Amino acid sequence: MAELKLPVGEEEIRRLKVGDFVELTGRMITGRDAAHKWLMEDVRQDVMPFMKDTLIYHCGPVVAKRDDGSWDFVAAGPTTSIREEPYQADVIGRYGLRGVIGKGGMGAKTLAGLKEHGAVYLHAIGGAAQVLARAIPKVERVFMLDEFGVPEALWVIHVERFPVVVSMDSHGGSLHDEVEAGSMAKLKELLGL
Amino acid sequence: MTDVGSQVETFVELIRRASTDLPADVNRALEKGRAGETKDGLAERALGTILENVELARSTSAPICQDTGTPVVWIHHPVGVSTRKLAADFTTAVEEATKRTYLRPNAVDTLTGRNTGTGHGRGIPFLHFEEWDEPRIEVRMILKGGGSENVGAQYKLPDGKLRAGRDLEGVRRAVLDAVFQAQGKGCAPGVLGVCIGGDRVSAYEMSKRQILRPIVDTNPIPELAELEERILREANMLGVGPMGFGGRTTLLAVKIGVLDRLPACYFVTVTYMCWADRKAAVSIDAKGEATWLS
Ligand code: SF4
Repeated sequence: MAELKLPVGEEEIRRLKVGDFVELTGRMITGRDAAHKWLMEDVRQDVMPFMKDTLIYHCGPVVAKRDDGSWDFVAAGPTTSIREEPYQADVIGRYGLRGVIGKGGMGAKTLAGLKEHGAVYLHAIGGAAQVLARAIPKVERVFMLDEFGVPEALWVIHVERFPVVVSMDSHGGSLHDEVEAGSMAKLKELLGL
Repeated sequence: MTDVGSQVETFVELIRRASTDLPADVNRALEKGRAGETKDGLAERALGTILENVELARSTSAPICQDTGTPVVWIHHPVGVSTRKLAADFTTAVEEATKRTYLRPNAVDTLTGRNTGTGHGRGIPFLHFEEWDEPRIEVRMILKGGGSENVGAQYKLPDGKLRAGRDLEGVRRAVLDAVFQAQGKGCAPGVLGVCIGGDRVSAYEMSKRQILRPIVDTNPIPELAELEERILREANMLGVGPMGFGGRTTLLAVKIGVLDRLPACYFVTVTYMCWADRKAAVSIDAKGEATWLS
């Protein structure tokens, strides 16, 4: 099983193919609905360095504050990605992201964006909140916490051997399209349609 | 049996059990699914992570999934028990369980978009009461996650596109289509609760009630038992697999209930329960003592 260190360059990302199982180690950022809208309303210079050449994780975590004031991710599974479809390709382009982590896959616009910018869509295991929280040993800082609240804020986190599957690659490949086409053919066969 | 005293603590424990552990039969079905997948393939890995996650949640008493769902509850009670009091206790228990982080604050005011913060709200938790002859109260609950709720479906037969008529063959066609439409999006492998007949209200309730049944049981109606088995087998031939990664484990079980219908209506209603098939049950005797049911 391959290990991918973050930040990561375009060449290494382009080597990833649909169906690869990868473990991530290094720094990335979280962001969901409010974050994506905010990232496109303006060029957010302060978060730029935390997004360049790394990944954005579609996650609304449960976060606890420790006595020393530091943060701890308590539950951190992926949320459904397709809601960010209108923004994702542009966010990738503007901030130099190398990819996205989420669940359920994304649409044609994002797939084209991955190809254009050299990025991938990584699928985490939906519902695996405890396993994934354990793979996030450190929270470095947070953006927009007061404005967006805990689940919607942009958390800069360090992950260690965070397990994901490449389900959309930078060559136009999509595991979701493949599985859907295969199951469609089988359904038609079973129903005689 | 009129006053059983406060049941808040019992209900908090019921919620804790459901949120932080899976019933043994669901765990077994996930293990069986993993054993049937190709070694080191994506499906096997996904199920491995899921099982590891359940184990971690159980040992630390933490929620299995951060979406702790909607509590959907069925309460049977003897004559004379105050259902209003039980409902109030349950709502208090939801708030307390949210404070103790067994539940995430999971109720959003639909008009303002603001989270109520307490875990309860208009219509949440969802409680059903039924009177029965036994001298005890029985409470059965599922925690129903949002991602899987979004892939539920209701079909109106006949359906020309699916060539589904008003018979069990039509039901089979509609349900298989629902599994295809859901792909991995409801956090497959899931459990299907199906209701044939009823109206748009009663049918969804009946389909959810099916989720309470054990993973392995036999439907008392032989035609439905046969249909459940067939749909399960065929759904697992679709190749959707855990998380929609492809594989043999698309569903863990199919459970079908039936309600009578109006001449003009023939609904097939499908509730999709994710792999985090969280449920718990308790029996409360006349003295208010709780016995945990599996
Ligand atoms: S569908 Fe179920 S397992 Fe998936 S995120 Fe929602 S509650 Fe969790």
